[in-house]
Amino acid sequence: MLEVLSYDFMQNALIAGILVSIASGIIGSLIVVNRMVFLAGGIAHTSYGGIGMAIYFGFPIFFGASLFAVLSAILMAYITLNQRDKIDTFVGLIWAVGMAIGIIFVDLTPGYNVDLMSYLFGSILAVSSDDITYISSLLGLIIFIMIFWYKQILAVSYDSVYASLRGINVKFFYTLILVLSALTVVIAIKVVGLILVIALLTIPVYIAEKLSSSLASMMIISGILSSIFTVIGLFVSYQFDITSGASIIMISALSLLIFLSILKIKKQLL
Amino acid sequence: MKNNILEIKNLSFAYLQQEVLQDINLEVAKDDFLAIIGPNGGGKSTLLKLILGLEKVKTGTIKISKNLGYVPQNTNININFPIKVIDVVLMGHKNETKVKGIKKYFKIGYTKDEKDCALASLKEVGMEKFADSKIGSLSGGQRQRVMVARALSAHPKILLLDEPTSSIDVEGQKQIYDLLKKLNKEITIIVVSHDISVILGYASKVAYINKKLVIHNGIEKDIIDRDNGHFCEVEMIQMLDQLKQKDCSC
Ligand SMILES: Nc1ncnc2c1ncn2[C@@H]1O[C@H](COP(=O)(O)OP(=O)(O)OP(=O)(O)O)[C@@H](O)[C@H]1O
Ligand SMILES: [Mg+2]
Repeated sequence: MLEVLSYDFMQNALIAGILVSIASGIIGSLIVVNRMVFLAGGIAHTSYGGIGMAIYFGFPIFFGASLFAVLSAILMAYITLNQRDKIDTFVGLIWAVGMAIGIIFVDLTPGYNVDLMSYLFGSILAVSSDDITYISSLLGLIIFIMIFWYKQILAVSYDSVYASLRGINVKFFYTLILVLSALTVVIAIKVVGLILVIALLTIPVYIAEKLSSSLASMMIISGILSSIFTVIGLFVSYQFDITSGASIIMISALSLLIFLSILKIKKQLL
Repeated sequence: MKNNILEIKNLSFAYLQQEVLQDINLEVAKDDFLAIIGPNGGGKSTLLKLILGLEKVKTGTIKISKNLGYVPQNTNININFPIKVIDVVLMGHKNETKVKGIKKYFKIGYTKDEKDCALASLKEVGMEKFADSKIGSLSGGQRQRVMVARALSAHPKILLLDEPTSSIDVEGQKQIYDLLKKLNKEITIIVVSHDISVILGYASKVAYINKKLVIHNGIEKDIIDRDNGHFCEVEMIQMLDQLKQKDCSC
């Protein structure tokens, strides 16, 4: 079984999988505590517009998806901060329009597109070393920002009204959280695909939530759990020849189920 | 008049169409302990939010010194958030340092002084034992105490509290109001409360708000505005009774 590690593509997949898992543990925690799961879902699906355009115009898909994701994140931040009561309508709208743009451009592109499929369902076995460079830079940036602005980000996430009273620029940090979420969503799409990206970002967090008494520990625990699930999921996918994204999410979901059952049994025994 | 720490002139406010506050005039002196009473929806929380700058003033003016402490009415927001009591209190500290320029954005963590100060604030509200508990594991009243501690840790010049003791037990209420009384030697206290009996023992001034504001420094019979309805009658009469220990003609 371990001989698969001698393949370059498997090594790349493992490295990328772990890096993305750490990033999604950190950002997924922020998404959950800020109740941005719906927004993150919107961002993920809007990025499909960028994917479609990239395929049609022939520029890198990573770039197209990131661009659309970041733009939709900024738009959503603006709406959330200024038109709170209309979030549902607008996010739903951005979400749908992004997808529609993607579908139209894919339709206009002749032939069946392998790249497109790999973005819908993940393509971690096709990760290049350029991808790894990009992913590690993003992870570096996220960790840097978390260390230096942890206090501010914590304050804005926990009680944005009080944070603004204390002179923290709530709009800036809220937008920053969403933009980092957008960038993370795009690299996570590489691992599990657009369809399953929200599951990757949130399932480990739901477990970590029960085990942590601070945002920082929640981020660390989520990152570790997510890495473990990804590695196991990758081996399962290799062993049984199934899509890696699906096997990673199944492993995560199964673990969440077992974890919750143990919690429940423990509660009843006490 | 020089001693005024807060001056509100001709303030009116509406969220949408309907006016919530109408032509409010209010002066608060440094050593005041102002209690704000009034019916649900009367505009008490709105007035505090305007003073704090959480809502924008459109008509009228509010003059106030900076450095405000605030205890919000709803302390049940985000109770599942993974955060310890001590970290909530630490958030009360002002987000400013002596460092100037770009560096001030990169001040990592809290200093030992700030931590000591947060612990001291928790001690003042009798919650120091819970410093390392998760905020969600506390009871509603305990959480309110923590929010009071958070406001104190900023060493404010004015402390605004919006029904800070609504779910705190009798013993705890007395403790909090005694603390406010003590703090009142140094700072101005403005507190919204429905609890007249508590207010009367501590407040130096009472403002009644139901869209309009009526202020009571002492007792005058004509302060009772019959149009203000049931709440006014019951609560005012109680208050007047207790203040003067004599019958009220309405
Ligand atoms: N964010 C808001 N948007 C629109 N209307 C609001 C908003 N907040 C309050 N209101 C309205 O303004 C009026 C005054 O509300 P406010 O919260 O100031 O009352 P209050 O005196 O604090 O009442 P309570 O005793 O229940 O706390 C109410 O009619 C309320 O419906
Ligand atoms: Mg109120």
